[in-house]
Amino acid sequence: MAKRIVVDPIPRIEGHLRIEAKLDENNVISDAYSSGTMWRGLELILRGRDPRDAWAFTQRICGVCTTVHALASVRCVEDALGIDVPTNARIIRNLMNATQQTQDHLVHFYHLHALDWVDVVSALSADPKETSDLAQAVSPSWPKSSVGYFKDLKVRLTSFVESGQLGIFSNAYWGHKAYKLPPAANLMAVAHYLEALEFQKEIVKIHAIFGGKNPHPNYVVGGMACAIDPNKDTAINIEQLNQVKRIIDQTQTFIDQVYIPDLIAIAGFYKDWAQWGGGVGNFLSFGDFPETDVDDPSSLMWPRGAILNKDLSTIHDVDPHSLSEIREEVSHSWYSYTDGDEKGLHPSEGQTNAKYSGPQPPFEHLDVDNKYSWLKTPRWKDNPMEVGPLARVLIGYVKGVPMLVDTVNHVLKTLDVGPEALFSTLGRTAARGIECKQTSGFMRHYYDQLVANIKKGDYQTFNNEMWNPDQWPKEAKGFGYTEAPRGALGHWIHIKDKKIEDYQIVVPSTWNASPRDSKGRSGPYEAALKGTPMENPEQPLEVLRTIHSFDPCLACASHIFDVNGDEITSVKIS
Amino acid sequence: MAEQKTFMDVFEARGVKRRDFMKFCSLMSVYLGVSASMVPRIVKAMETKPRIPVIWLHGLECTCCSESFIRSSHPIVADIVLNMISLDYDETLSAAAGHQLEEVRKRIMKEYKGQYILAVEGNVPTKDNGVYCMVGGDSFENVLRETAKDAYAVISWGSCASFGCVQNAKPNPTGATPIHKIIKDKPIINVPGCPPIAEVMTGVITHVLTFGEIPELDRLGRPKSFYGTKIHDKCYRRPFFDAGMFVEDFDSDAAKKGWCLYKMGCKGPTTYNACSKIGWNEGTSFPIASGHPCIGCSEPNFWDNGPFYSRLANVDFLGTDSNADTIGKVAVGAAAVGAAAHAVGTALKKSSVNENREEG
Repeated sequence: MAKRIVVDPIPRIEGHLRIEAKLDENNVISDAYSSGTMWRGLELILRGRDPRDAWAFTQRICGVCTTVHALASVRCVEDALGIDVPTNARIIRNLMNATQQTQDHLVHFYHLHALDWVDVVSALSADPKETSDLAQAVSPSWPKSSVGYFKDLKVRLTSFVESGQLGIFSNAYWGHKAYKLPPAANLMAVAHYLEALEFQKEIVKIHAIFGGKNPHPNYVVGGMACAIDPNKDTAINIEQLNQVKRIIDQTQTFIDQVYIPDLIAIAGFYKDWAQWGGGVGNFLSFGDFPETDVDDPSSLMWPRGAILNKDLSTIHDVDPHSLSEIREEVSHSWYSYTDGDEKGLHPSEGQTNAKYSGPQPPFEHLDVDNKYSWLKTPRWKDNPMEVGPLARVLIGYVKGVPMLVDTVNHVLKTLDVGPEALFSTLGRTAARGIECKQTSGFMRHYYDQLVANIKKGDYQTFNNEMWNPDQWPKEAKGFGYTEAPRGALGHWIHIKDKKIEDYQIVVPSTWNASPRDSKGRSGPYEAALKGTPMENPEQPLEVLRTIHSFDPCLACASHIFDVNGDEITSVKIS
Repeated sequence: MAEQKTFMDVFEARGVKRRDFMKFCSLMSVYLGVSASMVPRIVKAMETKPRIPVIWLHGLECTCCSESFIRSSHPIVADIVLNMISLDYDETLSAAAGHQLEEVRKRIMKEYKGQYILAVEGNVPTKDNGVYCMVGGDSFENVLRETAKDAYAVISWGSCASFGCVQNAKPNPTGATPIHKIIKDKPIINVPGCPPIAEVMTGVITHVLTFGEIPELDRLGRPKSFYGTKIHDKCYRRPFFDAGMFVEDFDSDAAKKGWCLYKMGCKGPTTYNACSKIGWNEGTSFPIASGHPCIGCSEPNFWDNGPFYSRLANVDFLGTDSNADTIGKVAVGAAAVGAAAHAVGTALKKSSVNENREEG
């Protein structure tokens, strides 16, 4: 009889995700169900508010991929009101976006994903000399690689474990047979876990410089609030620009000398993971990083497009403005549609009546034959689509994006695998690293652009033409997009009488973590888990590997708007 | 109970010299807002206290608090999680999953009964039997109540846990409720902000560890050491406010000159937080310094006190209710009174504001 396992909570993600899986007699996953178990209703909260405030509300959808919702939001309001942002604002937003991608990917690899591949306890038996030799072989220029450095770390780690208080490492799967790294590689990886934890906070200082803080830096409809004047001590001048440059120098060094070598070294021990975790084989990207105009897809450094059935010979055109391409279904989600749950709706005409029909907590299992998630099921031209780094890297690779192609080829050659290996858990994790190298390059690219533009005498950061709501049309609709670290993100706004009439969001993790659709087809997480053998079903390491390879963000995924406005609780204002 | 290491043990094992350790303690005294004479007490406490277990729960939230927490630069960032506390349960960082992770929570609750700190990020959807946030097949409310029962104290991270934040904004579709309205029988430290500043978060934890007691709190449950004064009162643009010199348009000449953002909607005059003192991201900047008005993200119900770009109707100034149009005139007379009187006036005003405040 088939076994059924439940993994809940799934740690090292954003938000609340539950996986239920069925195993066959050989402990191979025969079916899987992905459930988002939280819902906040942010789009309902947005109704009636000032559209210029929407970026701040939507930014609070997620503090891990902070800034991405703010960017999509200001773009959708600007689209609705016909606002062109100044060149400096476009560049600064691109720089902040590249900063976000880079920091987010780095944190994901080391702090959310590495412990699926790295055995911390095994590191205790590493020989510091051997670790030093390994570190210097994989990254000859990185200075923290002496025997003394690793010896010291080993002492610290041993002391930590012997204290009996294992903290975040408590009760994990150390010694599990699926861990393949030798002790020296484990110790090196633990060293870099700590170094990356220390370093990640440096990268986002760029957000603080232009947006005042991180997490949740400030944006503004019409541009950016930070003023530029190289001859004043009260605006962005050469001192801040120098700080940005120093951070970019350090970031590129860290990515090139720590992240990429680690990724390749670790992946070399896990090449069997190129056969599992493939998913639905369809990929979607809205594209991002406009070189001129956000409305001109040809100016995007990350190209727009779709791949179907793993067919790399054709990139399909995508028009996110089109009302016919994207549909959201609720056949397996805890909502109902007035015209029946089988037919999908476009986000701009979307409706969501929250209607929980799952078991009352506490419960053992979800009713996976019926509705089982707070996530809706988005489909592009009726296809389940994977979004995120793998989608973008594949589309960019096929479209021949310079440098990206070189990095992909370098990684594939070093691992001695073909492009087909990318359709896997290993490929998804590798794609994120490849992309992180690319976005750290974007940081420098946009820094150079910003300096060049300021040098031309252009200090403008804000377009105030439509700031005053009295100038707005009585009614306007807009669409804003970005590629978040986890994939394609779309915001749709309807402004009426200077207020938000309606606001809809379709986020990356909803694409990836969606439950089944009306035809019974699995979403990307569910499809990716199928066929994976488990060493020990009691210790779901393999499930974590594949799920983490998508970098789940469930607060983003389950924010849905309740159009019928269920019973409203009034709030007393102090 | 397993053998516990003290801070000094840990620091020594790490090869940190005693001189550096003393320096660290001095630095902490600054952040904790205590006098230099307290440093020996901090040193003693750090040398003898074991690592306190922390269970960190996540409810309805966006994880910005965890992200802010890992940005902390003092204390030493990697050491907070590994050496200063024993972060035994945290969905964001824990290696274990599913029932293994739940086992850890239950073991800590049993072995360290009455001794562990419960840190909560996010809040509780109380509507519909808690189905809007479920963890491990149970409602977050049940998990919270169970875990709080034997905690030494509760830390409510961020505006979600402290006051409700964005999901609690009108019309609050899920019945999102801050922690102190659910847990009534434990000391609760509210650490508001969306998110709170990293060094404030680690400062609060270090205060508890160092002095063995929760910090002194104001009427809204916030540590006075970090939320004692308004952003406005420590703002480097304050002289422009006093002089009646205001930015009225982003990117204008006044904006480039760094004048006061009050007319752009700045909520600094009514917001208690350390942004204008400690700064963000190791003091790199804070919202006002980067040209954007403060949105008041550490205040109760700040989402419903907008719109963000509308100026506050009245701002307390030298004991009078004034607005931007009259402030300049008042300032001329006030200048003669001097800085001391100004400080006293602000302090008096602050306490009366605090007494008049109603939370949630």
